[in-house]
Amino acid sequence: MKDEIAIRVRGVSHQFGEEGETRHVRALLDTSLDVVRGELMCLIGPSGCGKSTLLNMVGGLLRPATGSVEVAGRPVRGPMPQEIAFVFQENALFPWNTVFENIMLGMRFQGVAKDLREPRAHRAIEAVGLTEFAQHYPSQLSGGMRQRAALARALSLETDIMLMDEPFGALDEQTRMILGEDLSVLLARTEKTIVFVTHSLGEAVFLADRVAVFSARPGTIKQIIEVDEPHPRKPDFVTSPKFTALRNQLYGLLHDEIRKTVGAPAGEAR
Amino acid sequence: MKNRRAWHQGIASRLVQAAFLLGGLILWFLATTRWGVNQLLLPKPGIVLQNLADILASGEFVGDLLVTLTELAAAFVIATIAGTILGYAISRSRYAISVFEPLLSGIYAIPLILFLPLYVLFFGLGPASKIALGATISFFPIVLNTIAGFGQVERSLVKASHAMGASDYQLFRYVLLPAARPVILTGLRMGFTVALLAIIGSEAIASLAGLGHRIVHLSEGMETARMFAYIAFVVAIAVILNAVVSGLEARGRRP
Repeated sequence: MKDEIAIRVRGVSHQFGEEGETRHVRALLDTSLDVVRGELMCLIGPSGCGKSTLLNMVGGLLRPATGSVEVAGRPVRGPMPQEIAFVFQENALFPWNTVFENIMLGMRFQGVAKDLREPRAHRAIEAVGLTEFAQHYPSQLSGGMRQRAALARALSLETDIMLMDEPFGALDEQTRMILGEDLSVLLARTEKTIVFVTHSLGEAVFLADRVAVFSARPGTIKQIIEVDEPHPRKPDFVTSPKFTALRNQLYGLLHDEIRKTVGAPAGEAR
Repeated sequence: MKNRRAWHQGIASRLVQAAFLLGGLILWFLATTRWGVNQLLLPKPGIVLQNLADILASGEFVGDLLVTLTELAAAFVIATIAGTILGYAISRSRYAISVFEPLLSGIYAIPLILFLPLYVLFFGLGPASKIALGATISFFPIVLNTIAGFGQVERSLVKASHAMGASDYQLFRYVLLPAARPVILTGLRMGFTVALLAIIGSEAIASLAGLGHRIVHLSEGMETARMFAYIAFVVAIAVILNAVVSGLEARGRRP
């Protein structure tokens, strides 16, 4: 299992619009990345650097303009529901279905045999601690609980790879911390390979085995930082000197890049 | 506490509504008994009521009611099939929406009753021209709401469904249709209401049978009291039909 590559990205680029158009944006430039089987890789970087674009390419929702993406040794040409599950920031739960029905529908889409769906749905709901809310509609849940439901739906698909696009991005800091801790515990039990896009430095250090730092647009991976700490991570990891050091290192790497996208500080000529 | 207050307010508005109706009836009664309004223009409420009882007891309304309801059903079915299928087809492409949506809303704003003489020419004085007009008028709210319903489906839901491996049929059956359903149902209710209007109206203008035809026939024969009784009958039928359709819409909206 050691060092087996689950996701291999080679020289991918992406642009929105055609060259010369006013709306032309280079989102991603010649980016390569290997994700090792069983690791949690965080992608972090300034807004618009192409983190989500890269994630969508890995998931087969977007075709790279150049370069190639391989998952489990096979080139990605479209969605691979048997290998890859997604969790999106806008949880993408069907509002007309209960939590339970949402999870059942995901498995129906994926093609799980009928009699397997129900026990798997119950297991996934239990894993995220939503047992009492299985029959609730998404509108009856808090933002954090909705993300748990979306996570349960992704878990029920029992894929080797999970791609998470700022799953906690719309939540408040406290809820985020708790969900992060729970996720770490949950994932320590599985062998899943995870790519996790985030804006939060703390979240990246707390969750990731490795953090890929993106440069500003046109984005590419600037550096990869290792977080050598076993899962599940304890809450007191956050207060350890190691955590702080890594967080500061990330902050240093990101600061210049973010400054580039936001613009120079007042009074400084460009 | 809050519920009780809402309940009280509901009762209060019902009472005011009932008082308005009662006030209208009293004015009507006074106009015919005290103020000497001509019986040919405004018959006494009691006589109208007698006529209504007679119409209901004799069952003479059945023939006209069946004609009108058959026309309504045919028109509504045609408009529903054409409106939902075309609406779905248009909603599939941004380009088609940008071409057809303004065109259809533009035509919908025209008084389409103007097509009646043309339809009478094409289809004759019988039910066919009423069905054609009813279908034409009710087609527009249905097609426009179908376009709007399918057009407003959240993209994130479609994206997530694709990622989970949904087939085209599954996407339609489990995502697009439930997302669009409330808006389409509203279109169907509006389509039904305007179809009823169009059919009774066109029966009154040029026809051989039907409730609208009967009312105009009685008016031309100066049988005002019986005409009033028929109007009351048609109002009751329309209220019942619209209540049934609204009830069905509310039921269909629930997940």
